[in-house]
Amino acid sequence: METIKVNNTTVNDLPWKIIYDANRCTMCGSCVATCSFKAIKMKVERRRMVFSEGDFPEPKAQFSAVPVISQVDSVRDYCRGCGMCEKVCPNDAIRPERNPDTRHPIITRCLGGGSIKRGGRKNLEGGKRTLDSIRVGRISQMTDPSLDAQRHTFDLLAPFGRILPPGKLPFSPNQNNELVSNDTTPPVNWIYPVIIGDMSIGALSWRMWEAIAMATAYLNEECGLPVRMSSGEGGVPRRLLRSKYLKYMILQIASGHFGWNRIVTSMADMIEDPAGILIKIGQGAKPGDGGLLQAGKVAEHIQAIRGVPKTDLLSPPNHQGLYSIEESVQKMFLSMSAAFKFRVPVAIKVAASSTSVSVFNNLVRDPYNIVGGFFLDGIDGGTGAAHEVSLDHTGHPIASKLRDCYLAAVSQGRQGQIPLWAAGGLGKTGDLAADAFKMICLGANGVFSGKLILQMAGCVGNDMGRCNACNTGLCPVGITTQESQLVHRLDPEKAAQNIVNYFLAMDQEFKKLMAPIGNSSLPVGRSDALISTDRGIAERLEIQHVC
Amino acid sequence: MCRIGAIKSLDYVHPSIALKLMQSQQEGHDNSGFAMVMQNLGGIFESYKHLPTLSMACTDDGIKIAENILHEIGFRRIVQWSPQVNDWPGLDISAMPHYVFETFNYPYAYESLGKKKKQELLLDTRLRLREALEDNEEGFVYSFWPDLITLKEIGDPHDIGTYFNLWEVDDRFTAKVITAQCRQNTNYDIVRYAAHPFHLQGYTILANGENTFYLKNKEFQQGLHRGYIGFESDSQCFLYTLHYVHRQLGWPLRYYKHVVTPLPFDEIEAREDKQQLLAIRQSLTHLEFNGPNTIIGLLPDNTLFTCCDAKKLRPVVIGHDDRMVVISSEICGINEVLPDRDWETDIYPNERETVAIDDNLEVQRWKQ
Repeated sequence: METIKVNNTTVNDLPWKIIYDANRCTMCGSCVATCSFKAIKMKVERRRMVFSEGDFPEPKAQFSAVPVISQVDSVRDYCRGCGMCEKVCPNDAIRPERNPDTRHPIITRCLGGGSIKRGGRKNLEGGKRTLDSIRVGRISQMTDPSLDAQRHTFDLLAPFGRILPPGKLPFSPNQNNELVSNDTTPPVNWIYPVIIGDMSIGALSWRMWEAIAMATAYLNEECGLPVRMSSGEGGVPRRLLRSKYLKYMILQIASGHFGWNRIVTSMADMIEDPAGILIKIGQGAKPGDGGLLQAGKVAEHIQAIRGVPKTDLLSPPNHQGLYSIEESVQKMFLSMSAAFKFRVPVAIKVAASSTSVSVFNNLVRDPYNIVGGFFLDGIDGGTGAAHEVSLDHTGHPIASKLRDCYLAAVSQGRQGQIPLWAAGGLGKTGDLAADAFKMICLGANGVFSGKLILQMAGCVGNDMGRCNACNTGLCPVGITTQESQLVHRLDPEKAAQNIVNYFLAMDQEFKKLMAPIGNSSLPVGRSDALISTDRGIAERLEIQHVC
Repeated sequence: MCRIGAIKSLDYVHPSIALKLMQSQQEGHDNSGFAMVMQNLGGIFESYKHLPTLSMACTDDGIKIAENILHEIGFRRIVQWSPQVNDWPGLDISAMPHYVFETFNYPYAYESLGKKKKQELLLDTRLRLREALEDNEEGFVYSFWPDLITLKEIGDPHDIGTYFNLWEVDDRFTAKVITAQCRQNTNYDIVRYAAHPFHLQGYTILANGENTFYLKNKEFQQGLHRGYIGFESDSQCFLYTLHYVHRQLGWPLRYYKHVVTPLPFDEIEAREDKQQLLAIRQSLTHLEFNGPNTIIGLLPDNTLFTCCDAKKLRPVVIGHDDRMVVISSEICGINEVLPDRDWETDIYPNERETVAIDDNLEVQRWKQ
């Protein structure tokens, strides 16, 4: 008999338990070969069978050595619940099961002495979301007829770029009573109200990033939807920088400036301007923290694109050298605008925070009309890698903060001058059109989405602790890894097709939401179209409470 | 639905014609009120076209309050006219005790000042009067503007006509432009200010329909100009946008249509003036209208125009003869006023059109 060693890690300490039926198993080995986390292994069990052959009990024992699949009891190589073993098993002999009694958060810290890191989204407060208590409740009836989603035309576009107040438009009438321009105006691109992004090449596998870029190009070239993709901080392949498809890309610059060496040296060869520049200050999933790409994912091609050696790549939590909002306006925005000769709009992305309105006010009041978009990212946003404590315990929900910023603009008569783009868990339940539409009614010009795009491609992670291993470089579906064998599990064309089809479905759904409220252009700020069954939410967002 | 109508004539016409125009459409409206704006006045006001006339309905106390304010500012009354009312029993009207139409000389300090300064004074004065009379509903100040009179009342339009003796044609109370509407606001509370036509600094609007971008419009407009107040009706937004585009920005009238129902993006892209049209769509996006509506508008220079929503969800028709142009929600109204016109020349504007009529009755059709 063995002595109990209570401090040993055992599988019932781990977040997932492997349920295995040896009777159904053919020992094909697929599950073990598939598990990228090495959380299961083959082993031989010694079995003892006691039996009796005669009319009277004459027990005999027979010993046998049985090959079985067994769960690894390690806090490093532990099961993430991704379910790949179940997916490949021909006999339904194996599957992971969530372990409600897990001690993983405690023993990982005890054994490792370091903060837990993972990918995905916040895994706490999984209950009803704010947007789920809101409905589109202002339905056109009788004198104000609903539109026909199939027959009528709709303008589903949102601005990216700084918009002048009407009184500052440099127009005057000529002798023929036509308005003529006396000066230039800031660049503005009208794009689809859902931006894909912003996930870097590095965080994503090259196949996944390519799939998104392909889907973006297809949506534009074949489907007529002017969808834009944000590069994330990590550069862009030179081939794309020099192609006509650059016009569909929003180039991101963050505090690590990763990839900008290549972008800058490719400028002379660019035949199109990018769709915009996005200066990333913060991210909703891990506010106050910079990007994190662990050395395991810094493969050779990532080193080449980013111009770095194989090492942990940590973007600083802030842009070094920036002292204040005013300075960021003057330095970063002007230099990025000047880089493309003021033809390309420049926007900023920040994490939603209790202070977001102050930041927004500073930008919207800047007299130079430079900031071309305010991207506000809420706590439910995803990330490739972050400390779990940041993911679960820091950040600010998006709905009320977006609303605060819009109403701050309204109170100053400046609504629309800096387009508001919102993100952070939108589409979490699978219905991005509904979430986006509600955010637009609350004041957003558009939304951006990252995690959901990966889920379209095959990501199996969720907000209840499933997988969330993007940081490990061992993504079982080839999306957030640079391991060649894993990356090849992802069919980029199939992933691109899924994204395209999702956008086409979403486009129909937008129309099915616009038609009943009788609007043919996006109802930005039409909070009168929304109702909520939750009094607290209704009061906070200044929409009608219903019961 | 509302029914709206407007008459523009080379000769001075009596409001009874406007009543006739609207009366024939009564099955389309609910007979809950009558309101009109008369501009380019004849009769007793003809000699005072350059001086402002106050149009107000009020109580005894309301008159005193208003006169004190006007006196304090320095306005000097030169003409006062109150309609002789027939307060017969059984008339369906919720009348105010007094209807005041008074023409004033400007305060001495303003006499030598430019037109713009005087116009601002008139607006400030009207806003001050309105605020002062708001407590206990002592009065309603509809307009205070040169060469323009506004009348609004709640009740049956026919009875309102009888009450104000408007059915009896005379040459004392006439105008070359009359716009009229026969319905109280039915979407929200019955408020006198909520009845069209609405007037602000020489601009008049009346509308048939709804503005589903009311909240967007209102939130934007209330910070644009001190005169953009009230918002008792979603149709007031139509007026404030007209005032803003034409007067404040100084843009030609044809751009009003580009602001309220901008072209789809793909059509803008194909235009030579796409830079301007895109900038308009961007910067004035909160002044866009959505929902079904038809608008009739009147400018300070007496130009009358009509346009409608981008999907043509509300009707309007324009008929004319040599001396008069009539715009109406329904053809039966025009048939009543101009029975002998050549109806083949009637105009049914489309969803991308603005039709404008100048002082020579020249009808212009602008495609957006």
